[in-house]
Amino acid sequence: MKNRSIEFLVGSFVLLGLAAVLYLAIQVGSARFFGSDSYTVTARFSSASGVNPGSRVEIAGVRVGTVKDVVLDEFFDAIVTLELPNSLELDEDTIASVKTAGLIGDRFIDLSPGGGFPMEPGYEIVDTESALDIESLISRFALGGIDEKAE
Amino acid sequence: MSVVFDLGEISLFGWGALRGFFTQRGRLAKLTLGIHEIGVRCFPIIATVGLFTGLVMGLQLYYTLVKFGAESALGTAVALSLIRELGPVLTALMVVGQAGSAMASELGIQRNDEQIDALQTMSIDPLGFLVGPRLVATLICFPILTAIFDLIGIFGGYLTGSVLLNVDSGVYWNRVFESVTWADVQGGYIKALVFGLLTISICAYRGYNTHRKASFPGVRGVSESATRAVVWSSVTVLAADYLITSFLM
Amino acid sequence: MDSFLKIRGLNKHFGDKRVLDGIDLDVAAASVTTIIGKSGIGKSVLLKCIANLLQPDAGTIELDGQAISQSRRNAQSDAGVSFSYMFQNNALFDSLTAFENVALPLCEASKLNKAEIEERVDEMLVHLELSDSADRYPGELSGGMKKRVALGRALITKPQVVLFDEPTTGLDPERKFSVFEMIVDYRERFGFTALLVSHDIPEVFEISDRVAWLDEGRIKFFGKPEELNTDAQSALSGFLSKANYGRKSSLMNGANE
Repeated sequence: MKNRSIEFLVGSFVLLGLAAVLYLAIQVGSARFFGSDSYTVTARFSSASGVNPGSRVEIAGVRVGTVKDVVLDEFFDAIVTLELPNSLELDEDTIASVKTAGLIGDRFIDLSPGGGFPMEPGYEIVDTESALDIESLISRFALGGIDEKAE
Repeated sequence: MSVVFDLGEISLFGWGALRGFFTQRGRLAKLTLGIHEIGVRCFPIIATVGLFTGLVMGLQLYYTLVKFGAESALGTAVALSLIRELGPVLTALMVVGQAGSAMASELGIQRNDEQIDALQTMSIDPLGFLVGPRLVATLICFPILTAIFDLIGIFGGYLTGSVLLNVDSGVYWNRVFESVTWADVQGGYIKALVFGLLTISICAYRGYNTHRKASFPGVRGVSESATRAVVWSSVTVLAADYLITSFLM
Repeated sequence: MDSFLKIRGLNKHFGDKRVLDGIDLDVAAASVTTIIGKSGIGKSVLLKCIANLLQPDAGTIELDGQAISQSRRNAQSDAGVSFSYMFQNNALFDSLTAFENVALPLCEASKLNKAEIEERVDEMLVHLELSDSADRYPGELSGGMKKRVALGRALITKPQVVLFDEPTTGLDPERKFSVFEMIVDYRERFGFTALLVSHDIPEVFEISDRVAWLDEGRIKFFGKPEELNTDAQSALSGFLSKANYGRKSSLMNGANE
């Protein structure tokens, strides 16, 4: 009887624990183990300041995907890899812009779909807008173009 | 210099135990006892410490973030620091305190009582019999305990951040789900596995080799082994954490 | 006397200390041989070298005409092992019941199935009069019962040689006697060869076929217990008289308490 109860405890522990491990991985960490229900495209920005892996990708304010990777290429452009669900079909005219949530909030990628040929996985979006540099904007506005850092 | 020797010996010890386990009979029954010792019995302390860690982080990070008007980032801050660092490290330290010290003294007593010699005379591999199941159980239990610690901690952060203070609960959870990537969770699990193997190997090694390693025979030797086991494995966890973090980042 | 267990030139040192310095010993089959000597002189070391718990520096051990190497001894696990060792403090596992302790060597290192193991262990427990305590843990057993469990565990594998490391230490005189009786009794029943280390002089002589006196790393006397008194070696008689004196005084202390 004593051993039986140990087995029951261990069994429940392992079941509950596996649920926790998988929940953390799949729900919280958005891991995919079985194939891929998403594809990736890249976008070339002159500045991807504030965009990190995990940043949101939105269309019309609705979250559709995440940023997977941000790297610098040989032309010193930022190449941002976007992960999008297979159900989302985009065209090659899509514009990607780095936007800011609120005045100083998180950066995210906004996609504005256009028309034209459907986009293949791995396509590189070249039609991009980098983020507004609020600091330089403010300093230009407040100091009338004098190139000094606003304190 | 002796650190290098010890490290080598502990690695061989752990490897021998893992390999020895797979030559054992009745592996499932032994593994069950191992999981009971390292997993089930550590669950209450892990849940409690996880909850309080989350509660404190909710408070501390809220008051830091609110200065910058960024309290909406509370979910991100709590979830990432728990999953990347605090979860694996505190889980390992707690398991060392709960199971590791007990294991070191138990093995030390078994060594002094010649039970380990007895196994050898019975043609039973003592390493595979005594340490093997615990190491395999470690591989199963550490990621589980770490995941439980993380989830309860994140919930604790929600309790102070959203219920007690005024971070919107939707914002909190949204930030948790959005900011954590698989790489973060994976890093946490890798840490949990490495910490588990290191700590349990060290604790078992110190106990198993009480007769060689302790400076006193008998009861004092066992207590010394238990103390050394806890100190060594705690220091090792923190050092290994630094190394792994610098590799993962 | 043809020797069943034959030891030649056994050496063992710890650091600078030569504990065993050329041990030669011949033990006849199904006999009881007792090793006596001062505490710390290396009797247990000798026993542990024979049981392969310690690696001797030099020397050979032959069992039934065949040299014993580590590999061969470890390979023997299905039919029965050559050597069993009964430890001074029994070395029973606290978390296992008496039954499980006795069954341990069979469960872990034999190819017998569960029913066969159960049958053999039950039989052993009946022999040892432990059937009623099969489900009790060592902590719940008396000293004498623990000894019997340890003996059962040593005998369950049907060993050819059983090594007893001070089997009577820490027992009262009555229990000592029953342990000695037990050894003789089971030796007859199971037919093993017994090698004892004991301080219980002269009681242990009653059950010994041969006595070996270990001193300064060598066997200084080997012969029948009857020959001990007529032996001319002054060091041995000195040891024996001291041992007897020690026994008497300890008995008297026991009576005073």
